[in-house]
Amino acid sequence: MNAEEDFLEVAGVRLRSRLFVGTGKFSSGSLLNETIRASQAQLVTVAMKRVNSKGTPDSILDYLNHPDLLLLPNTSGARDAKEAIFVARMAREALGTNWLKLEIHPDPKYLMPDPVETLQATEILAKEGFVVFPYCHADPVLCKRLEDAGASVVMPLGSPIGSNRGLDSREFLRIIIEQADVPVVVDAGIGSPSQAAEALEMGAAAVLINTALATCADPVEMGKAFRLAVDAGRMAHLAGLPKASNFASATSPLTSFL
Amino acid sequence: MPFSSFFNSIDRAKISRLIEESDRNRIEEALNNVGKGGLEDLLSLLSPLAGEEYLEQMAQASHSLTVRRFGKAIRLFAPLYLSNECNNVCDYCGFSMHNKIPRKTLTDAEILREAGILKKRGIQHALLVTGESSKLVGVDYLANALELLRPHFANLTIEVQPLEEREYAELVRRGMHGVMVYQETYDPISYARHHLKGRKTNFIRRLDTPDRLGSCGVKKIGLGCLYGLTQDWRLDAYCAGAHLHYLEKRFWKTSYSMSFPRIRPYEGKNLVSADLTDKDLVQLICAFRIFNHELEISLSTRESSLLRKNLVPLGITNLSAGSKTNPGGYSEEIQSLEQFSVSDERSPMEVQSMIRELGYDPVWKDWDRSYDLHSESEEMDISSRSAEGSLKMSLAESE
Repeated sequence: MNAEEDFLEVAGVRLRSRLFVGTGKFSSGSLLNETIRASQAQLVTVAMKRVNSKGTPDSILDYLNHPDLLLLPNTSGARDAKEAIFVARMAREALGTNWLKLEIHPDPKYLMPDPVETLQATEILAKEGFVVFPYCHADPVLCKRLEDAGASVVMPLGSPIGSNRGLDSREFLRIIIEQADVPVVVDAGIGSPSQAAEALEMGAAAVLINTALATCADPVEMGKAFRLAVDAGRMAHLAGLPKASNFASATSPLTSFL
Repeated sequence: MPFSSFFNSIDRAKISRLIEESDRNRIEEALNNVGKGGLEDLLSLLSPLAGEEYLEQMAQASHSLTVRRFGKAIRLFAPLYLSNECNNVCDYCGFSMHNKIPRKTLTDAEILREAGILKKRGIQHALLVTGESSKLVGVDYLANALELLRPHFANLTIEVQPLEEREYAELVRRGMHGVMVYQETYDPISYARHHLKGRKTNFIRRLDTPDRLGSCGVKKIGLGCLYGLTQDWRLDAYCAGAHLHYLEKRFWKTSYSMSFPRIRPYEGKNLVSADLTDKDLVQLICAFRIFNHELEISLSTRESSLLRKNLVPLGITNLSAGSKTNPGGYSEEIQSLEQFSVSDERSPMEVQSMIRELGYDPVWKDWDRSYDLHSESEEMDISSRSAEGSLKMSLAESE
């Protein structure tokens, strides 16, 4: 397939950009806005706990007001399925979208996703018509279970959130991507454009980046760098990467006498 | 096993000696471990030698670890003092029972008036504070205050006398998010010297309060010492770190914050036993950040505006702003006695400008009351409890 005709389709919506951007941790709303533009991201996540009335001093929505930008509200802060479901309904009501990034992390230290609660909440929310993007561990069985429960996308982590460690979970991501019937978006832990490119090369449908953009010295330039890396990774994947092999092809075959 | 049992097993004299004797090898190892070395590393980072020779390195590490976890954002909050009634005698506090001061406990109308002023100033995270009087400001009073204030703030945390587990559970049901309960000092002798009468004299009960909080699912627990009460502040800080370490393992669903308040004078009285210098304060903040990357570190208006400005990039995550430390302080013209004198008297908007000048985003709302209320009833009226009741309307207006 030609890269120009390449879209990521989720619930009937075609996304040109395979770079999703998280909106926390930026030093100002205007810098966030500029970074999103530079990255050409179309889908941005927004934490419902940060959502505020218009016109209040830190109204994050004021900076996410482009016509072609899609908001993906998240349930960050929810500790179980019940809290997440409540926040999901609140998000639908407040933002007028049924798209939802489901984050359930009972552990406020490492923000590790709770697989049991996430699976339960996915099932309920999918039945209620939500387009659910569950954040989860890079667990191939869990990803299939989430798919069965109605997830529109799965979002396994590359490494602990905010760690910038890249694809520590790559062996499991490979299996998830191989088995998936829904787009696989690698979320959490990607710290550099090369790591994002690696995820796309591997066949991930998209990546979600936040800390690496928000906390670097120049988020706008980094936004461009991630855009290029994501495009390059996707292009390489479509072009068909030659397989790495563990077997040498010998120049002096030992069996040529046969 | 409650923390007090664990605390009794700490050989305080030995820890104090190890802190004093930490050498370059140990400190450098602790710096290299950046937080994965546990209490032994905290001990080295709190040492006099670390403060003398490694402060800049510690500050750099603390800054980058904080930015990585919390981003370039500072959360703002303000205290709301509900009462200065107190049955304790503590020699460092303005509310101490023997102080001949006008006592005041806010009525419902007064609470709402104070809340209205805070809201107009942009405050969404409020810390409710009282003295210790179980008759006048017991759990019923607090439950009522939470009911009154819950619709108006995104996050309500309290700093009141230690309560029983069932009482905390009741307040959780009313939408309380967190509880600050500072041990003041982990040195039992020094504790007894400063806490002379009342229930606060019970060192162990206070020490085990965070266990009761964790057991009933309070979402955030704030720990800390009051620096200046005890000569060996390094040991006090180590014990606070050990307390945090213990709680994190036992109550892994709770988040934690740490504060480093220094004694401030009240009504001209100054009862400092030991000075914690600005340099020592910097060492404390950096040592705790390197020890625990995810810890919220809160700084109050006890410190001067200039010092607060310099401390923000070093590991602080939460700042109070425009604080009044007396009940009715926001709405009354004639001020009753404060608990301590505020040093940074700037308004929240001025503090916001300072944060922006430093290249940080001032965050007024980083929580939603719906997270603290969801369990109250199964059938929830979303529109009345949503992120902002008016949000949908205001979005519609903007279209």
